[in-house]
Amino acid sequence: MSLETVQTDAEGYLANRDDWSEELAQEYATQMGIELTDEHWKVINTARAIEAESNSSPGLRKISKRSETPIKAIYQLFPDGPAKLVAKIAGIPKPKSCL
Amino acid sequence: MKTILILGAGTAGTAIAHKLRRRLSNEWDVAVVDPSSTHLYQPGLLFLPFGDETEERILRERGSTLGKGITWHQRTVHAIDAERRRVEVVEGEPLSYDFLIIASGTEVRPDMIDGMLGDGWRKSVFDFYTLEGAKALQKALANFEGGRLVLNIVEMPIKCPVAPLEFAFLADWYLTKRGIRDKTELVYATPLDGAFTKPLASKTLGYLLENKGIQVETEFMTGEVDSEKNVIRSYDEREVPYDLLVTIPPHMGAGFLEDSDLADELAFVATDPHTLAAKNAERVFVIGDATDLPSSKAGSVAHFQADLMTENILRAIDDKELEPSFDGHSNCFVETGHGKAMLIDFNYETEPLPGQFPIPGIGPLPLLKECRRNHWAKRLFRLVYWHALLPARPIPISPTMSLAGKQLSAAAELGGE
Repeated sequence: MSLETVQTDAEGYLANRDDWSEELAQEYATQMGIELTDEHWKVINTARAIEAESNSSPGLRKISKRSETPIKAIYQLFPDGPAKLVAKIAGIPKPKSCL
Repeated sequence: MKTILILGAGTAGTAIAHKLRRRLSNEWDVAVVDPSSTHLYQPGLLFLPFGDETEERILRERGSTLGKGITWHQRTVHAIDAERRRVEVVEGEPLSYDFLIIASGTEVRPDMIDGMLGDGWRKSVFDFYTLEGAKALQKALANFEGGRLVLNIVEMPIKCPVAPLEFAFLADWYLTKRGIRDKTELVYATPLDGAFTKPLASKTLGYLLENKGIQVETEFMTGEVDSEKNVIRSYDEREVPYDLLVTIPPHMGAGFLEDSDLADELAFVATDPHTLAAKNAERVFVIGDATDLPSSKAGSVAHFQADLMTENILRAIDDKELEPSFDGHSNCFVETGHGKAMLIDFNYETEPLPGQFPIPGIGPLPLLKECRRNHWAKRLFRLVYWHALLPARPIPISPTMSLAGKQLSAAAELGGE
């Protein structure tokens, strides 16, 4: 499945997390002008793992602690708003509040 | 004698203690562990900074909130030893248990942000999630003569996620009454991508920010408070200047859960979202703000969980399978200022919807819509809290969410959740 055929919500996030694949993540990243390195993958996989176990998209501090990547470094890896970019590439919902 | 040990006697711990005391025989000791001698009605902290609430009305002696038949160990927890089924305390013998309920809540941690506790702390930088912070802020607001008033959520999750927004609305009202609204820029800086993040709320409630002239700084993750220059600085080097900063610092679980196998990186306990059992230990349950669940960290959630958890603990005692009954139900009044409030009712799956919320004996209250009745219901809620919620007397709201009165079509039209 590619970004052209996969189901997304109004803001372009994956509608079903099970549709996610590494290829899809690559496509999202390319679209954002990000070349994925091992450092990126560590952050992405951590975000996916936390979301799977807690049913909610994690904040950056939790991702940072678990992936042992300083928040500042996450900003360098994913410029222009890492909270949303990481969620989009990782195929999980954007971080939300209750209202 | 068998023991149910409850760590923390806040809203969740106190309510579940009362519930279990009523349902269990005298062969059970129902015991809470809490070092603090007072119980704080936390929703009152929203009104205290504006002089609309008093310390006397929101603080009670802990003993008076626990009542007969509940043991109170006034101790500080050091660690949980789940294998040996006991809790180590800072001074004294370890406390053994048959079942453990973690109700130790969450704490604000201004120490986690560079400069937050610097020279400006409680001079120009305030929190209102603590009694001391709210009291100090009351004085600062009374002396405020205009300038930039900045509300800042450092990161999620936080207690009562709508409280910062309510604070901004109430500040607009307060400054208007004092005749200095036109001399004040009101700014709301959030790490999320909007003040409202759910599809329906974003669409229908944006007018509140616009009408009240509240500026929103989005995706702002505070890395530093610079109280020499009076700016907050984000990780991507944006600066928001302030004259008065009202910050909601990062939240973490209780200190004794940091680095525990039971908890995550922020010391929130890994919890089954439906049975409320701890994921990483036997005979341990988790209630209220201490969980890592995506449900709101709010008093109503603790109340609903207490209802459902009581049944599950009785099942566990009888060696029966737990019911996956908790659905993330939350029910909150949202102050919008000028004597009005909204009511929102939602769960894990259903976002806050418009409609009417039926309450037997009281009548329907409008959902996701401002009205005066909701404001008065919120103000009267303090009495419901002390007299019904804490002692876990029945209130006429189901612990699981009901769709009765809700306009499902509203979400469908938006393609929302």
